[in-house]
Amino acid sequence: MTVDFLRPATWAEALEVKAERPGAVPVQGGTDVMVELNFDVHRPDALLDLNRVAALGEWGAEEDGRLRVGAGVTYARLIAELGDRLPGLAQAARTVGSPQIRNRGTVGGNLGAASPAGDGHPPLLAAGAEIEVESAARGVRMIPAEEFYLGVKRSALEPDELIRAFWTRPAGGPQYFSKVGTRNAMVIAVCSFALALHPAERRAGTGIGSAAPTPRRAVAAEEFLAAELDWDTGRLDPGLPRRFGELAAGAASPIDDVRGTATYRRHAVAVLARRTLAWAWHDLWKEG
Amino acid sequence: MRVSLTVNGRHRTADDVWEGESLLYVLRERLGLPGSKNACEQGECGSCTVYLDGLPVCACLVAAGQAEGREVRTVEGLAGDGRLDPVQEAFTECGAVQCGFCTPGLIVQAHDLLNRTPRPTDAQIREALAGNLCRCTGYEKILDAVRLAATRKAATP
Repeated sequence: MTVDFLRPATWAEALEVKAERPGAVPVQGGTDVMVELNFDVHRPDALLDLNRVAALGEWGAEEDGRLRVGAGVTYARLIAELGDRLPGLAQAARTVGSPQIRNRGTVGGNLGAASPAGDGHPPLLAAGAEIEVESAARGVRMIPAEEFYLGVKRSALEPDELIRAFWTRPAGGPQYFSKVGTRNAMVIAVCSFALALHPAERRAGTGIGSAAPTPRRAVAAEEFLAAELDWDTGRLDPGLPRRFGELAAGAASPIDDVRGTATYRRHAVAVLARRTLAWAWHDLWKEG
Repeated sequence: MRVSLTVNGRHRTADDVWEGESLLYVLRERLGLPGSKNACEQGECGSCTVYLDGLPVCACLVAAGQAEGREVRTVEGLAGDGRLDPVQEAFTECGAVQCGFCTPGLIVQAHDLLNRTPRPTDAQIREALAGNLCRCTGYEKILDAVRLAATRKAATP
């Protein structure tokens, strides 16, 4: 069967092509899309190559102080160029695949695939990122990360839309990402957890990966931290991280699969949440 | 479709390329460059590692059309002036080659590491080669080879 290979040179052209061919599968780094083609999992009637759209590879600071990071910025560049401003996302990026994969894979692709196991999602949730999507017909939509993920490999992206960028504030406090897998490289998360402390607002953001049909926040756990952490003195009640872990695990709804059991995942999410809190809280107070 | 690209410094053109095929397939089956190996076809094993515009990538995950107009360097393009690259020499001398299937990918990846980090620590070597699988389990010899190549390259002005 033939597959059309569409290669727009600009963003405007890419949007026009996507409007005409909503079934075209966007391909950036190819680290998901090409696997499906190589294994004949499915055969799209068109591939929409975004490598030529230079604007997708750019990032910068916007007027409101947020960073707008193009969907085509690779994990390797994210680590090298934005690791200081987006430490949680950079930590997650370091756990993606191998150097070869990080040279090609992008957060935009992670969002497009919307796998519950995608490593980019928990830090985006924890940081309160927004996803900028666009269509030729309706223009730009900003979608909060927590509203972006709708189901297993399903997102809020409409068929005629493309992902342009994600927007997020540079970290205003410590951020951590932690992931369980069988080795340090080339691992799809058994489960993962991201925490971002926002000390100026006396609150915390969270993201759980690979332990529910979608990446999701642990809202009750966040509310618990906002209310119970001692933001004035930094004193950490020994029972607090444990309770935080329990609440984080309570937000997960994992399944048994080849990578792990639901019981294990729930337990591991609690451990990851507890540990990331201990690391982040320590960082926040070590200067004082 | 037709795909034109630069491979190992030479302009090459492949015709009748299927739109869904990979750069790896183009290199091996259409351009007669079988050095890059086809093993997992899912980016897990690193056997097909090539440089794409100077960055090591898995050729199996690059759509052929994405390589249009770009510069590719394969393991066949590392040796020069009738001499193996120091990484290739070190692999043969250290016994880092067993069945040889993972070797081209490891050599390209190690070549990139030493270009960026001339004196890597063991941890840096392991991190750089984390996406290259050797199922003969010759990793110790491979680490020896990378260390030897680093030492040699550092000694050569």
